[in-house]
Amino acid sequence: MAKVVAVTGNEAVANALRQVEPDVCAAYPITPQTDLMQRFSAFVSDGKVKTELILVESEHSAMSACVGAAAGGGRVVTATSSQGLALMWEILFIAAGMHLPIIMPVVNRALSAPLNIHGDHSDAMGARDSGWIQLWSENAQEAYDNTIQAFRIGEAPEVRLPVMVCMDGFIISHSIERVEYLEDEEVKKFVGEYRPVNPLLDVEHPVSYGPLILPDLYMEYKRLQHEIIWNRVKPVVLQVAEEFYKLSGRRYGLFEAYRLDDAEIAMVILNSAAGTAKDVVDDMRNRGIRAGLLKPRLFRPFPYEEVSQALRHLKAVAVLDRADSFGAYGPLFTEIASSLYPYKDRPVLINKIYGLGGRDFMPEDAEKVFLELQDIATTGKVKSIKQYITVRE
Amino acid sequence: MKTWKELTPGCVVTEPGGSTKFKTGSWRTFRPRWIPENCIQCLFCWIYCPDMAIKVKDGKREEFDYDFCKGCGICARECPGKKGQKAIVMEEEGK
Repeated sequence: MAKVVAVTGNEAVANALRQVEPDVCAAYPITPQTDLMQRFSAFVSDGKVKTELILVESEHSAMSACVGAAAGGGRVVTATSSQGLALMWEILFIAAGMHLPIIMPVVNRALSAPLNIHGDHSDAMGARDSGWIQLWSENAQEAYDNTIQAFRIGEAPEVRLPVMVCMDGFIISHSIERVEYLEDEEVKKFVGEYRPVNPLLDVEHPVSYGPLILPDLYMEYKRLQHEIIWNRVKPVVLQVAEEFYKLSGRRYGLFEAYRLDDAEIAMVILNSAAGTAKDVVDDMRNRGIRAGLLKPRLFRPFPYEEVSQALRHLKAVAVLDRADSFGAYGPLFTEIASSLYPYKDRPVLINKIYGLGGRDFMPEDAEKVFLELQDIATTGKVKSIKQYITVRE
Repeated sequence: MKTWKELTPGCVVTEPGGSTKFKTGSWRTFRPRWIPENCIQCLFCWIYCPDMAIKVKDGKREEFDYDFCKGCGICARECPGKKGQKAIVMEEEGK
């Protein structure tokens, strides 16, 4: 039976990790992730889990220790934010290239400079090309549910890849919400016993990790990595979501389509701001404006085909990015544009950069975007493709 | 050569001792030549060789293992030779 609690996002994810009880956790504190790992380390100290907690001197070391522990044959977790994720950058590619299913909650936070500890998506967007699977979460419930599902997705024999579970720093990580917990036994049964593949600690079957691969074979390994993340992850995500639905009653997919079927205009937006925007969609509908919303959940691999099918009938779409790709369109915008490119009939697209460094995204901000979309849908005229909003001009 | 479909994900090498099959001698630009008549069998070359590319049998050095010698030239530098004549000289490959 589910247990309803009032907890923060960090608390919910720490509890998910307690319920899974991984073999090894190597982590380094960084705001706003600190509270998550502090709670998990309390579970370790209190004997609630048998996880080996490795305290390291940096995130570079944390991810390196995770790679070693995962290659050794353990179920491994860590968590980080912002500069911490940036410091892990080198090892992220190694974890993915070695196909080690490390699970990492990323409590999204802005990157320096200027120094800022609040929520935006610059950190995880910077890591989008590392080969990790990325799941994004609107609220504490989704962060909890995604964390549990991440183990099944990353550890699936046909996948075996590391997974980031993203949630917004402070807005979700430090706000108390209603969350339904599964029973410990249900979670343990759902994730199942960890089955290592080619573990270093199996001395009867010695293996080597990390060989030098020269131009004669490197590209074949990358082709294999592409094949696995491009073709094998999506079906597993859907299968795991289906099983999770049977267990919890909560449905997940590759993305959430909110009032999209009969919509004319829509917003594409990630994580916590999608909650605010969905409220405004309802408000628009009450005013007779056919608005809808698409909230990506699986950002890597990006479900181009499915997203395009959900959006191509619309007249105008605004893609909202809580991260900038300086000198380019926002990272989410480029994916949406790519997904719609193959179709002759497609919506007009605009890109809004919002909420950087924890800047509030209010219902009136979403409303302005919908009204602009309605204007574009009527006139077909776009003033600017990429624009900063929630900013003083 | 293997196609991507034949590879183990994560570049994991599941066969132990496989490095002996990876012949690195082709990296060589300079090739050491052994001159037995100048050799005093001090085995300095065997001690200094970073790649175990000098074969020794019954305490005596034999020919270079050119499958693994990368031509670093350490052996030639360390070789004391006999009466001022080196027992190992470096020669450009392909000449």
